[in-house]
Amino acid sequence: MTGIARDPWQAMSSLTPARIAIGRTGASLPTREVLSFALSHARARDAVHARLDVEALAGHVQALGFDTILVASRATDRAIYLRRPDLGRRLDAASRDRLVAAMEGRTCDVAIVVGDGLSATAVAANAPALMEKLAPHVTRLGLVVGPVVIAEGARVALGDEVGETMGARLMIVLIGERPGLSAADSLGVYVTYAPRLGRTDAERNCISNVRAGGLAPEAAAASLAWLAEAALARRTTGVGLKDESGTGLAATGAGLELPPPSDA
Amino acid sequence: MAYSQRVGTTTYTFPNLKTLLARASPPRAGDRLAGIAAESAEENVAAKLALADVPLKTILAEPLVPYETDDVTRLILDTHDPRAFAPVAHMTVGAFREHLLSHATTPETLAALAPAVTPEMAAAVSKLMRNQDLVLAARKCRVVTAFRNTIGLPGTMAVRLQPNHPTDDAAGIMASIADGLMYGAGDAVIGINPATDSPDRIERLLRLLDDLIGRYRIPTQGCILGHVTTTLDLMAKGAPVDLVFQSIGGTEATNRSFGITLDLLREAREAALSLKRGTVGSNVMYFETGQGSALSADAHHGIDQQTCEARAYAVARAFDPLLVNSVVGFIGPEYLYDGKEILRAALEDHFCGKLMGLPMGVDVCYTNHAEADQDDMDVVLTTLAAAGVTYVMGIPGADDVMLGYQSTSFHDALYVREVFGLKRAPEFEAWLAGMGISDTDGRLLPASPTHALVADVHAAAGLPELPS
Repeated sequence: MTGIARDPWQAMSSLTPARIAIGRTGASLPTREVLSFALSHARARDAVHARLDVEALAGHVQALGFDTILVASRATDRAIYLRRPDLGRRLDAASRDRLVAAMEGRTCDVAIVVGDGLSATAVAANAPALMEKLAPHVTRLGLVVGPVVIAEGARVALGDEVGETMGARLMIVLIGERPGLSAADSLGVYVTYAPRLGRTDAERNCISNVRAGGLAPEAAAASLAWLAEAALARRTTGVGLKDESGTGLAATGAGLELPPPSDA
Repeated sequence: MAYSQRVGTTTYTFPNLKTLLARASPPRAGDRLAGIAAESAEENVAAKLALADVPLKTILAEPLVPYETDDVTRLILDTHDPRAFAPVAHMTVGAFREHLLSHATTPETLAALAPAVTPEMAAAVSKLMRNQDLVLAARKCRVVTAFRNTIGLPGTMAVRLQPNHPTDDAAGIMASIADGLMYGAGDAVIGINPATDSPDRIERLLRLLDDLIGRYRIPTQGCILGHVTTTLDLMAKGAPVDLVFQSIGGTEATNRSFGITLDLLREAREAALSLKRGTVGSNVMYFETGQGSALSADAHHGIDQQTCEARAYAVARAFDPLLVNSVVGFIGPEYLYDGKEILRAALEDHFCGKLMGLPMGVDVCYTNHAEADQDDMDVVLTTLAAAGVTYVMGIPGADDVMLGYQSTSFHDALYVREVFGLKRAPEFEAWLAGMGISDTDGRLLPASPTHALVADVHAAAGLPELPS
């Protein structure tokens, strides 16, 4: 195409995922960049609005040896879900009844919710792999896990009501994170000791960015197992429990020495 | 005191001023979420009709949060200037709107009035204004601040260069800074959101910016947007801090949720002033705000989110900031649902800030779960530029890869400069020309493949040497 000013610092693109050195025509973006941005945004939008295939997910989870139960929050569709976070934090009445019935004559240490959150894409892509890597840790720690709760219209705090209803000592929520432009498939993991309605985010621990190109499922499962064991031993989660497992994403951020001034 | 309005055969009553303001607010998700929005379109207009007849004096006399229990209310009332208020003291909110839009009301009139305008007055009048009113009235407000350059001069718009990186990698950040400077961005501030609030990391980033600004003698300022307590500790250790950043809110309880008090902000400002790092001015504070923060912190006292936001500007005003911006679309669709709500909020925030005498910028932005896209942002940016916005953000390709949201790009800034003929801060514009980045009119020149900025980052990051 004519009139494109290419930026001669394209090699710097290897230093950052940011959209640098993309060139311009006049003041404006090259056509290629307009469309590449639009594609990224379209994928993120589709991830937000995608519905979780709960049956397929339940199949994957059952194949790992867990039993499952399907529930829904009070946010009955996606538009309501986005406007009313409060409704996404509460079980609908039928789901609550099913959960109570499922737990009759049964107890558990740990309850696990897999919820769609803001990216069903992230859940479908990463939750089965994370559950698979988590399973051996569950066995090793001798934890009694209730039926895995697969939730539609879920916010993180939906786990509080689920965990309380199931009588669990520890709640683990796997949920689709708010999709970014460059990563629409990030799964978040939240751990809450003694779950009950009204818990605040300061009372949870979080492992984020579980995805291909982010935190691998195996490392996330190791981190999660460490948190679960520590939370049950110390009877707390949140600000009182720092992740000392050493398996999280290490931040870089080394210094950068510019060459001596050339007096330009 | 209760307010009522008859419309046809229906009489609407509003038990107090905060309810009246909430019901009169243009529709938005956060007020609906809080359960304080008007229940019908007619009630919304009835509330506006009632609000138009409320005297400004009544607003002054009826604090929305009690004086005794909220330090922001105390700040608003204790710093109110009765002499500056005298020319408008007899007006109702409806008359005040007409006064602001009148040809007789000049930039000078509005500058003199600013200390008399409480946030509740600004919010109230904005609720009676259409989008075009918010543009026209804000355009008349002149607010000029300075540190190493002069921001807010007529005919100018500045850009914050925001070179964030997911892991604060120094080479990655420097690559985005070089990209932005080569695109003529960065006069408002080079401001980095760190991925974590670790003091060591923030200190390293401060030194990175200090080296860069010193090496190329860039007439701009740097800022790492950590928590004010972290910045205070670093200043005590001798770290090179130009601007102190903090997110602020419009109630004492919101600020508590941010871990700050007014005294803490005072202490930080004094510490930054004592460093005497400004060359052409001494505005040392940088604040960010945004509608919905009070509700999100459960600290809104039943006040609508736009009025809470305007109250945050009273906090900002007390500390003579260089820059204030509303991060308007960042908070998400449960507060501002779509492009229309984001546009409205952006214009309200910009207008209220300017009317109260603040150097008001806007982070024109949205998240991927909001009903908004680049076309919506084009409208918000263009309308704000028409309104005389002090500055906007500049992010490579509009995609913030650390915070995970979309804002405005270096290209977007070039676009509004071209449409409205907007210049940069004069000191920075002269520097760009001196560096061979732009011509003397401020238009970008074809980039030299061996420009010193590019060559130096290449060398520092160990990239292959540039062909000369």
